[in-house]
Amino acid sequence: MTMLHTVNKSPFERNALDSCMSMANKGSKILLIEDAVVGAVDKNTHAEKIKGAMSDYTFYVLGPDLQARGIDEGNVIDGVNVVDYAGYVDLVAETDNVQSWL
Amino acid sequence: MKFGILVTEGPYQHQASDSALQFCRAALEKGHEVMRVFFYNDGVNNSTRYTTPPQDDRNIVNSWSELAEKHGIDLVVCVAAAQRRGIVDEGEAQRNGKDGNNIAEGFRISGLGQLVEAGIQCDRIVTFGD
Amino acid sequence: MAEPWEEDEGPVKKFMFVNRKAPYGTIYALESLEVVLISAAFDQDVSLVFVDDGVYQLKKGQTTDGIGMKNFSPTYRALEGYDIEKLYVSKESLEERGLSEDDLLVDVQVMSKSEIADLMDDQDVVLSF
Repeated sequence: MTMLHTVNKSPFERNALDSCMSMANKGSKILLIEDAVVGAVDKNTHAEKIKGAMSDYTFYVLGPDLQARGIDEGNVIDGVNVVDYAGYVDLVAETDNVQSWL
Repeated sequence: MKFGILVTEGPYQHQASDSALQFCRAALEKGHEVMRVFFYNDGVNNSTRYTTPPQDDRNIVNSWSELAEKHGIDLVVCVAAAQRRGIVDEGEAQRNGKDGNNIAEGFRISGLGQLVEAGIQCDRIVTFGD
Repeated sequence: MAEPWEEDEGPVKKFMFVNRKAPYGTIYALESLEVVLISAAFDQDVSLVFVDDGVYQLKKGQTTDGIGMKNFSPTYRALEGYDIEKLYVSKESLEERGLSEDDLLVDVQVMSKSEIADLMDDQDVVLSF
């Protein structure tokens, strides 16, 4: 089974992303939404965590939440896929279940 | 596909309700069904019709009501969580001796069993919270 | 009349409740427990996971007189009576907090996060509080 994990907290504020990555099986999809999108910015001090885990997980970030926070898609870590809400729905539909790391 | 949505935070304080609304709209647009939205924890605060945001701001409560009416979505507010936070419909007001009710159009107050039932009947449950 | 979910042949799904927060600071632990108790009535396959600060929900010796809140920890001991017996606790989360299985007020299965990850992958519904 493939799971979708969503994270909505900035890695600068809480450990939700760490916690998610410590319990998400290889092959899982991880979607960053709301304040978690700040963790998708290349060169942020937490970016290495995501870069180092790219062989285990496929990462996604919600575009509307990036835009709302003034983050240019061009500054997102290479290999992190930007999706819109329709893409979010597709991720939920194409995986077997979803866990929200709040 | 049949979706159930769980909202565990109130409107405005957190983005959770907005995210849930956007997710529901996108799912409906793609032809999916949203069978039920269950409001729990502070999420019950999405259901008070006394919400009066500034005119240039979105009205999240009305957005739920409108979405529910248009697409036949069951908006369920947990009774125990609602009682703690002062959300009442007419029946609850009578039972608990309150002098009024504040539930918005399209919402109904019911038990936690409705959440478990949604889990059983839906293909996916997606949680939005803090 | 029996409700649809009370019939013998109803569908059984795997529900996992993930508890990640300490009790009392927020209401999540208490209201999560309330859902768990209701879910027992539906005869589903229910499991509870305690990770991160959620392990404190099961800590022995909770005494809440000083904060004026109700101590709901005895309810975890009652779960067995509702046939909810799958309680999984993260070994790492205990160790990080200087706790061990002896500090917990109920019988649990202590397991690694990777073991919990396998269980989580196998669920139909995962609810996180």
